[in-house]
Amino acid sequence: MNLEGKQVVAIGEREGVNGPSLRLLAESANAKVVFSVTQCFV
Amino acid sequence: MDLDDQGNVQKLADETGKDEMIVILGQPDPNSAGLFAETVTSGDPTWAGPLAGVPLGLPVYHVLESEIKEQMDPDLYMEHVGLMELSADVDEIIKWVKFYREGGGK
Repeated sequence: MNLEGKQVVAIGEREGVNGPSLRLLAESANAKVVFSVTQCFV
Repeated sequence: MDLDDQGNVQKLADETGKDEMIVILGQPDPNSAGLFAETVTSGDPTWAGPLAGVPLGLPVYHVLESEIKEQMDPDLYMEHVGLMELSADVDEIIKWVKFYREGGGK
């Protein structure tokens, strides 16, 4: 899956990789992040 | 997944279309990664949120998958994912995300 130009929904987790981090990483692959969030799984 | 966020994902899929959309997960264990992957593919398995019974079928990947990792900036990846990559059960996480991505659980 090529991320370039894709519209990314980033669903992070507090204990894993959070939403803002996923956003940075996806943008570094030239993707457009349309939504990012950090969930707390219990 | 949080009920409001289910609604947000559904709205985005409806308004912008699913053709160019991809979901990237950052969960640290197989259970939560599988639950989120299931929610955005075959629907909310808890039947509590807007995606209950709504099979969006979005392509879902985990940030630990090599085909995703190799497209990202290596320094940023090490900074934001490196520690989890060392401690997480990477194979099991990827197994479950792939299971739902390929239509499992329907």
